[in-house]
Amino acid sequence: MPPTSSTSKKSIHHLPISAQYLSVLCSGIAEMDNRSAPTVERSDPPTRKPLWRSQAINKFTQQNLPACKPVLTPTWVILTFLLIGTIFIPIGLVCLHASRSVVEIVDRYDIDCVPEQFKSNKLGYIKDSSYPKNCSRTLKVNRHMKAPIYIYYQLDNYYQNHRRYVKSRSNQQLLHGLGSNKTSLCKPEQSNNGLPIVPCGLVAWSLFNDTYKFIRGKSELNVNRKNIAWKSDRDHKFGKHVYPFNFQNGTLIGGGKLNSSVPLSDQEDLIVWMRTAALPSFRKLYGRIEENLHANDVIVVNLMNNYNTYSFGGKKKLVLSTSSWLGGKNDFPGFAYIFVGSYCIVIAIVFMLLHVKNSRNTHVGYN
Amino acid sequence: MPEGSRQRMRINFRKLYSFICFRPIYEPGHAQIGQKGYSRVVYCNDPDHLEAVKLNYRGNYVSTTKYSAANFIPKSLFEQFRRVANIYFLVVACVSFSPLAPYSSLSILAPLIVVIGATMAKEGVEDWRRRKQDIEANNRKVKVYGCNNTFCETNWKKVRVGDIVKVCKDEYFPADLVLLSSSHEGGVCYVETMNLDGETNLKLKHALDVTSHLHDEKFFEEFRAVIKCEDPNEKLYSFIGTLSYDGKEYPLSIQQLLLRGSKLKNTEYVFGCAIFTGHDTKVMQNATHPPSKRSKIEKKMDKIIYLLFSTLVLIAFVGSLFFGIETKKDFSDGKLRRWYLRPDDTTVFYDPKRPSLSAFFHFLTALMLYGYLIPISLYISIEIVKVLQSIFINQDQHMYDEETDKPARARTSNLNEELGQVDIILSDKTGTLTCNSMEFVKCSIAGTAYGRGMTEVERAVTRRRGDAVPESVDGVQGLEGDAVDSGKSVRGFNFRDERIMNGQWVKRCDSKIIQKFFQVLAICHTAIPEENEQSGEIMYEAESPDEAAFLIAAKEIGFKCKRVTQTSISLCELDTENGKMEDRDYERLQVLEFNTSRKRMSVIVRNKEKKLLLLSKGADSVMFGRLSKDGRSFESQTKDHIKKYAEAGLRIMVIAYRELDEEEYKSWEKEFSKAKTSVTAERDELAEKVADKIERNLTLLGATAVEDKLQKGVPECIDTLAQAGIGLWVLTGDKMETAINIGYACSLLREDMKQIVITLDSPDIAASENQGDREAKASLESIRKQIGEGMSQINSTKESDIMYGLIIDGKSLEFSLKKDIDKSFFELATKCNTVICCRSSPKQKALVTRLVKRETGNTTLAIGDGANDVGMLQEADIGVGISGVEGMQAVMASDFAIAQFRFLERLLLVHGHWCYRRIAMMICYFFYKNIAFGFTLFWFEAHASFSGQPAYNDWYMSFYNVFFTSLPVIALGVFDQDVSAPLCVKYPFLYLEGVENILFSWPRILGWMFNGFLTSIIIFSLTTKSMIKQAFRRDGQVVDYEVLGVTMYTCVVWAVNCQMAISINYFTWIHHFFIWGSIAFWYKFLVIYGYLPPEMSTTAYRAFVEECAPSVLYWLVTLLVVICTLLPYFSFRAFQTRFYPMYHDRIQRKQYEGLEAENSDELPRQVRKKRHLRKTLMQRNS
Repeated sequence: MPPTSSTSKKSIHHLPISAQYLSVLCSGIAEMDNRSAPTVERSDPPTRKPLWRSQAINKFTQQNLPACKPVLTPTWVILTFLLIGTIFIPIGLVCLHASRSVVEIVDRYDIDCVPEQFKSNKLGYIKDSSYPKNCSRTLKVNRHMKAPIYIYYQLDNYYQNHRRYVKSRSNQQLLHGLGSNKTSLCKPEQSNNGLPIVPCGLVAWSLFNDTYKFIRGKSELNVNRKNIAWKSDRDHKFGKHVYPFNFQNGTLIGGGKLNSSVPLSDQEDLIVWMRTAALPSFRKLYGRIEENLHANDVIVVNLMNNYNTYSFGGKKKLVLSTSSWLGGKNDFPGFAYIFVGSYCIVIAIVFMLLHVKNSRNTHVGYN
Repeated sequence: MPEGSRQRMRINFRKLYSFICFRPIYEPGHAQIGQKGYSRVVYCNDPDHLEAVKLNYRGNYVSTTKYSAANFIPKSLFEQFRRVANIYFLVVACVSFSPLAPYSSLSILAPLIVVIGATMAKEGVEDWRRRKQDIEANNRKVKVYGCNNTFCETNWKKVRVGDIVKVCKDEYFPADLVLLSSSHEGGVCYVETMNLDGETNLKLKHALDVTSHLHDEKFFEEFRAVIKCEDPNEKLYSFIGTLSYDGKEYPLSIQQLLLRGSKLKNTEYVFGCAIFTGHDTKVMQNATHPPSKRSKIEKKMDKIIYLLFSTLVLIAFVGSLFFGIETKKDFSDGKLRRWYLRPDDTTVFYDPKRPSLSAFFHFLTALMLYGYLIPISLYISIEIVKVLQSIFINQDQHMYDEETDKPARARTSNLNEELGQVDIILSDKTGTLTCNSMEFVKCSIAGTAYGRGMTEVERAVTRRRGDAVPESVDGVQGLEGDAVDSGKSVRGFNFRDERIMNGQWVKRCDSKIIQKFFQVLAICHTAIPEENEQSGEIMYEAESPDEAAFLIAAKEIGFKCKRVTQTSISLCELDTENGKMEDRDYERLQVLEFNTSRKRMSVIVRNKEKKLLLLSKGADSVMFGRLSKDGRSFESQTKDHIKKYAEAGLRIMVIAYRELDEEEYKSWEKEFSKAKTSVTAERDELAEKVADKIERNLTLLGATAVEDKLQKGVPECIDTLAQAGIGLWVLTGDKMETAINIGYACSLLREDMKQIVITLDSPDIAASENQGDREAKASLESIRKQIGEGMSQINSTKESDIMYGLIIDGKSLEFSLKKDIDKSFFELATKCNTVICCRSSPKQKALVTRLVKRETGNTTLAIGDGANDVGMLQEADIGVGISGVEGMQAVMASDFAIAQFRFLERLLLVHGHWCYRRIAMMICYFFYKNIAFGFTLFWFEAHASFSGQPAYNDWYMSFYNVFFTSLPVIALGVFDQDVSAPLCVKYPFLYLEGVENILFSWPRILGWMFNGFLTSIIIFSLTTKSMIKQAFRRDGQVVDYEVLGVTMYTCVVWAVNCQMAISINYFTWIHHFFIWGSIAFWYKFLVIYGYLPPEMSTTAYRAFVEECAPSVLYWLVTLLVVICTLLPYFSFRAFQTRFYPMYHDRIQRKQYEGLEAENSDELPRQVRKKRHLRKTLMQRNS
């Protein structure tokens, strides 16, 4: 309940001693506090070092350190909100522009690439290696795409972040090959015929093995599949002398196979795959097209639909995307920035209006 | 010497001293010597005796440490794991070695080890300090008889039971000694027992006669004796033993016992035999730990921890439910769903065939994973903060008393924040509000009032009346009041009256009576004069300050008490016949000591003219009844004066005397010594009765009035505290009139207050009292009626502006505290602004404290200075001891010790407020930051089919509580100030934030928790939405598990640290250093950790340098997320500060705008009204 000034005066009237005492007490300190209140309190220039030091210690123990005491005054509040707004909206616009400048082609092919007769038994189709898995898709380029154009495959509802899955690998073995025996985490893809599988574990075992070929007009587009993995991974996590000699030789074959004559450090598909994704819906880099694609170009993709996503209802998509300084196409950051920025400006205005209205109505203000 | 005559001599000697000193030869306990509980045998001067060696009593080595080198680790570990949260973390650490653990066991163990290690280190340091004190005490030097038949210096710790010890003047006794002899004739000595019972007066001890001749070292060559006594116990005031010497047995009592911890005074040296050493000594047996008190905030914090535990269990349960369902679906009808997980060949943890079992195991994993909801470092951080806060309290120069050279002392650190929530102060009066230094200001002799000085109380009264000219209270037309001030002022003496000062009294017509009056003052006492060797001035060591004031007054008038021995007192006084100062000896025959039931004291002396005189002084209530018929000549005038003095808040003694004739005295003396030597239990009563017989037929001389000086700044302090909404109850042993007057003097009571007086001092009650057994009923009825009247009086006035003061006397209080009345009594009492309980005993004080605490449920603070306040101090939520003159007893029992009452203002309004605010904010923030972090893990889980995969690298997580977020929160807890100290005092209503518990109310706690929850949602959703799927860099790389972890974690670190930055009010370089340093440390850590070989850094390998740092999106997302997480709280605070400001917001605004110079009074002063409002609101709710 807001106290009124009349009672306060009354109580002072009855307390002559205390009021006097307080004013005496505070008059000395008020100066000091006035000085320190708005911004940073400055100590007097030191004359001698020991004195200065003892003063500093004194200030510390008396909890009187020079300090900045921010106060949420209406001016500050309004300025802060406006400042955030004016910074955020341009950032949002720039982000949005960057995102819009990216051209992205997404094609979901997992359903269409199953022949008509297998529509009801996709799982049987994908598991039976005797059926041909090749499939052809036609993509139309709407806008000019500047090289490099990144090729991604996107999987949905695929839990690469499952704890069992993430743990099922041996980093030691990837780097040192058979020299390392620490493969206990790789179960059940641990060993074959008494020898540890290289590379062991579920992650490697479930390697993605769809392949894509791109044809524009008559000629096949050149797809660069080098340098798609992080350099540190190639150099320090996957051994240069580790060869996948017994990979996918077991009874149950998961995903892709590897060329046993190529060391792991050059198996970039594997390296990319083994960087597990954060969320169940993810893209992974497949390669780069290092030519420009023009608007209205028609690209035929010949792909091998090998990988089983049908058993868990996952989607497979092929993505072609250019990149900007911000990366790929995603309007969300831009919109978020604009939204937050405008929210701040709205809040600033509302606050200002309320403030003005309020101080006009009750002049007493803060009581 | 034949036995009989020795016995007689002892009695002769004894009777010269008080009967307090005197104890019968055989106490009932003596019969038990040798039996159970009384089996100790000490071979004096023969510690190497065969039997003594067999007994193997403990040495004098004293250790007060909690731990020893051997048991430190197990014992302190045990102490640590008595906390629920720590046990949880220990169990987690143990389970972390199993495959259940979501992250590596080392990363769980490391923070636990750091936290436990830090706490143990703190314990260790504290214990080391105690150990150093022990070493100091153990290595003090004392002279022990032994080598080469002389006394040679040894360390205290080497003193053995049976050793003969020589202690010199002003030295402490190294062990409990039986006094054998002293430098004084008759083997008496004086000891100061301040460290034991807090009494500053000297106590007399005396040796047995058989040993008192052993003055010299050479006697000890032949001295052998055996002492049989009780086993070590904690009773300070009793001791039973026998001394076998020369084949005879002599009883020993407490009179022969010199206790460790006390000090030899006024005696050159004593010889004693050590009987209890080390931990067997009475003082060590008495060493109890003060009752450990916990603050309300901490109790509430436990509840929050339980709440978090339930949240933890709940979300873990939800998680495992989903996990179980998902796992079950993985393998059904022989079909593998998520084939890449190989559900057909799996361990029990992911087995789709046994989903409920896997779900259970997952539940355990989840409990570990979401353990970040419980802040592991909360306890240690709070402890560190509180210790530092205590240091600030100890260091505060505004609470340092130069006069006594005593700083404030926080004796416990766990009640700091409780200081900010005090609702009711229960205060002692004497020594707390008043100085307990008495000043002789007025006296009434032969019906004439003397003394012109004005007392504080009188000044307050005249001020209140608005009288400009101070009127002379004693009715004599003073010349010009203060002009009489003749230069030098004497401590304890503030008496100005030219009629009797400077020897002028001789000229008065009643000079004989005046002479007698001052002779009584100079002779009738138990004090010991001590001559200062340099100045030659005489100081008095008196049991009570009143007595010292009398002696000083007598000295100033011209009756100087020069020397006191057991048998005589010599005065230097004026010979009225020849007008010269001369020494006169009075033979002191008996001292009938003061005690609370007698309320008087008398001495019987024989003066130079061989006349027997009984000189007596006592309370007016007992003295007037003892006057003889012809001794009442100026009774009515004296009574008038006494009434006036009482109104002026002065302490009054009535002075009377009587001449005795020899026969009467002799027959009385016989009776008296018989009474004293009787062995019955009622011995004291009997002696009292006999003493009563002679203290009759007295002749009135006059009355003295002594002012109990108010301490400096007390009224102002009380006023400020009242404005802070703190109620003050005064619990005093004084009379009602005195108490009321002191109440006025220190602005507890005001003219504009209505007084409600509850008393049994009315004629009806007195009448019914006389009728005997109906007394209780009538009194009870009367109390009930008075309480009812008071209530109706309060209820009838609708205006809340009128304030009430309740005054209740001890007897009524006793009834009021009885079962069925106490509720209504408290209802009445809490409605009054001031409560004064007078004539209350120490036990009543403690009882009232307990009831106030229980009935109101509010925080109580008791403040007192004497041993009689100990119960109250221990009972209250906070006990504050005044480390003044009355010894250390109260201080030892207190939680905080200050030198002056007025420091309470700063202790509560500044330190209390700050500490409350800091701790409350700190705890809220702790929960905020851990919820914000813990829930991001949960959201990630929800997107990882609740498999138990943590979103972050193991080591990011384990460093979260220890390195990235702990230091800023400690800085907050130690340094934050909402407003500066002078403003805290200037605007006492700020204190209401603590009393009303605004900063730690459930809405606020839950608000912070919700803020944390919101933060976690913002962090998770914004980062994932912004970064997932598309490339996050120009080179087309996409976000994977590692990058998302780093980004989210970066956002968490930024968010919680910036949240701290916007919620604190006080930025010193320390804050800047810690907050921005923590964020910078995260990046540094990331870089360094990322450069470790991949086997160690695993998912963090080059994650920042190679992957995140070059990405613009990473930085933009950080900015976006951090601002978004701050916006809710910032907007809330912005609107709150402007439109619904809290108390400190108002002051900050005022301060900021610099308005306070012009209209500092605009801010609310009507806290009392607020307080009242609060009360009515509370009642309405209840």
